[in-house]
Amino acid sequence: MFGAGGGTSSYTEIEETDLIVLWGSNARNAHPIFFHHLLKGIDNGAKMFAVDPRRTSSAKFADVWLGLNLGSDVALANGIGREIIAAGLANKEFIAHSTQGFEAYKENVEPYTLEFTSQLTGLPEDAIRELAHDYATAESAQILWTLGITEHHNAVDNVLALCSLALLTGHIGRWGSGLVPLRGQNNVQGGGDMGSLPNKLPGFQNIDDDAARGKFEATWGVDLNPVPGKHLTLMFEAMERGEIKAAYVLGENPADSEADIQHARKLLSGLDLLVVQDIFMTRTAEMADVVLPASVAWAESDGTVTSSERRVQRVRAAVPPPGEARHDVDILFDLASRMGHDWGTPDPEQLWDELRSLSPMHLGMSWDRLEETGGLQWPCPALDHPGSPFLHGWLWADDLEGREPAPFIPVVHQGPKEELTEEFPLRLTTGRALDSYNTGVQSGGFSSPIRYGDALDMHETDAQRLGLNDGDMALVSSPRGSVEMRIRIDDSLVEGLTFTTFHFPDLVDTNVLTTDAWDKKSGTAEFKAASIRVEPLVAAEA
Amino acid sequence: MTSTEVAVTISVDGNDVAVPEGSTILDACTAAGVETPTICYGPNLTPVNACRVCVVELEGSRTLVPSCSRPVEEGMVVSTDSDRVNHSRKMVLEFLGSGVDLSEADELNEWSAKYGAQPDRYENPERMNEEIKIQDDLYVRDYDKCVLCYKCVSACGDDAQHTYAISMSGRGFGARIATEFDVTLPDSACVYCGNCVAVCPTNALQFKTEFDLRQVANWRPEDQTVTTTVCSYCGVGCNLELHTQDERIVKVTSPDDHSVTWGNLCIKGRFGWQYVHGDTDG
Repeated sequence: MFGAGGGTSSYTEIEETDLIVLWGSNARNAHPIFFHHLLKGIDNGAKMFAVDPRRTSSAKFADVWLGLNLGSDVALANGIGREIIAAGLANKEFIAHSTQGFEAYKENVEPYTLEFTSQLTGLPEDAIRELAHDYATAESAQILWTLGITEHHNAVDNVLALCSLALLTGHIGRWGSGLVPLRGQNNVQGGGDMGSLPNKLPGFQNIDDDAARGKFEATWGVDLNPVPGKHLTLMFEAMERGEIKAAYVLGENPADSEADIQHARKLLSGLDLLVVQDIFMTRTAEMADVVLPASVAWAESDGTVTSSERRVQRVRAAVPPPGEARHDVDILFDLASRMGHDWGTPDPEQLWDELRSLSPMHLGMSWDRLEETGGLQWPCPALDHPGSPFLHGWLWADDLEGREPAPFIPVVHQGPKEELTEEFPLRLTTGRALDSYNTGVQSGGFSSPIRYGDALDMHETDAQRLGLNDGDMALVSSPRGSVEMRIRIDDSLVEGLTFTTFHFPDLVDTNVLTTDAWDKKSGTAEFKAASIRVEPLVAAEA
Repeated sequence: MTSTEVAVTISVDGNDVAVPEGSTILDACTAAGVETPTICYGPNLTPVNACRVCVVELEGSRTLVPSCSRPVEEGMVVSTDSDRVNHSRKMVLEFLGSGVDLSEADELNEWSAKYGAQPDRYENPERMNEEIKIQDDLYVRDYDKCVLCYKCVSACGDDAQHTYAISMSGRGFGARIATEFDVTLPDSACVYCGNCVAVCPTNALQFKTEFDLRQVANWRPEDQTVTTTVCSYCGVGCNLELHTQDERIVKVTSPDDHSVTWGNLCIKGRFGWQYVHGDTDG
């Protein structure tokens, strides 16, 4: 909607904002140190709304918790948008000057009256009105989200619906206001920045832009394929059609992490060649023809990573890699050499300088400046540029700095792809525990006193109806398969909603249950909404 | 100091020093190159004025004032090296330290040496006499080493973590830091961020990795290297200081002055490094 992909605001800004809307994010567990900044904001007087089907540990700090029906985010956002317009609280001046497509947006949200939105979301009309009015009238306000918004089959629609609220009110491009997707992995932002996207070169330059691509071709002395590549979900579909026969997997464990995991494993094992480069013998590595042992990037090598606030920071080697493990870049250089390309000897600073010469938003971030400042936020286009705490200030410039006004993009409510049925009447959603991380490859290494394993959390009433007590074992089935799980009664859930983590695939293969329905626009699978059935097994010993 | 900040000038031991408005006398002393002893003060914590070891003499003030919490005012005249100040600091160090196991309180012992304090000169002092609490694989709590500075409570509470798992319990000689109803740490509200351990000045709270190495007389700070890097877990970008000894990570801290963490971490960043050495939790 606005160009480069990244959170618009700095962590410091949330300490000074007036209104916090945490939407589909349990940052208290998943981003604990960011949540410290958020708590300072609350201590400084900010009002907080939490929008989440679960009353999470984050939601417990909110003034108002909106426990909407799972997957009704677009409906709620459209309802808020309609209420802001109907109440005359839209920022007409900003809309006229900085945006386009408002009339179509207004028409699209018109049906989402408080009454209709209340029906779709299960929320009281008063709560929707309160959020709409508070957001529109706050001096500064931030909307923050994580995978509760993006792990849905309509992920991009969800994000667009939230972006429209910022355009409606002008809560963007100013200190304290913004749209903040919190990144779930230490360099997922940096990966995107460096061009690890099917259609992008480093610095978010388009692969099909001849001028941008030409710069890289000239520097590297090779022709580059101008056709955008495939994202992960499309790759699996291409494997299914036999179009992709080989895969080179670096630092990813798709044989545990993909949704509808049995299907994904079948496709991986059907490849002619599977190469895995990883620090551990993961389940994916066990399936590989060739395993290349890698070093631990953040503790055994020098380089950079980029955080959720677009801050590029240095990582440094503290210990030598074990055995034959080598730096990822060293392995790639050797591989290139075997293919007949001599790239020389890798040097982190030289590689970084090459990136700077090709990516204008990184140009001002010299290695020395990164050392001195403790990290710089992109865009940082010149050596005397201080870096950018927030993005999209151009929306407030008289001439919009020569850019096109930001477009409203209307979207409609769809709900989860997989509907509840008599056979599978419970909703399953997934998430992260405080002390664990993804498939547990890293976090499984330490003994946590607060770890309880992948239980199926459910509301007491659902458990009673099924004859289950806290700690009992149950058979949990979705249309794709079944797993045995321990039941945990959790008062953060509403009736009909169940929750689990996916950190212990050796113990509970959670992703046997999840659906691989995915978003055509982003390629993200709908980990957040499967339908399940729960049946008691023999009760576990007390 | 940036151009927008208003400067305040005070006199420290006869020398004028200018600091930004809102600074404390302690900040001004540091700016003037004067070292000040502190125990309960932390750069990332709100002052609680629990220890009083940082007191200075302020012209016009009847009593000594705690420098860590007193904001500077234009024209203040401060003495840090008077007999009254030195005597007070000595007595504070002795009273706080008497009956306390200071064997691992290196910084505090340096201050005692400087001010001629002998915390062990009192006969039969009241002691806590608590068993060392080892209730999990991450923390060790040895309250015989505690001087009740309150920093752990602040870090667990309003100043950072907002978890409120520990607080001051009891009065007088019975005062000690405790969990709710004195339950074990795993049964308490504790989320094992380690931010209390990070601020402890006497090693009453320490990481189990350090404790275990000390038990076998193999904790060697002089042989340790500290490398700053970025945590490998979520995308917040917390800076980690990896303390390594014999090519192994033995402790993780975070810089007090970095705008992302201000010295704080979560359980994953603080303890989730074992996989680097190929260790797995069975």
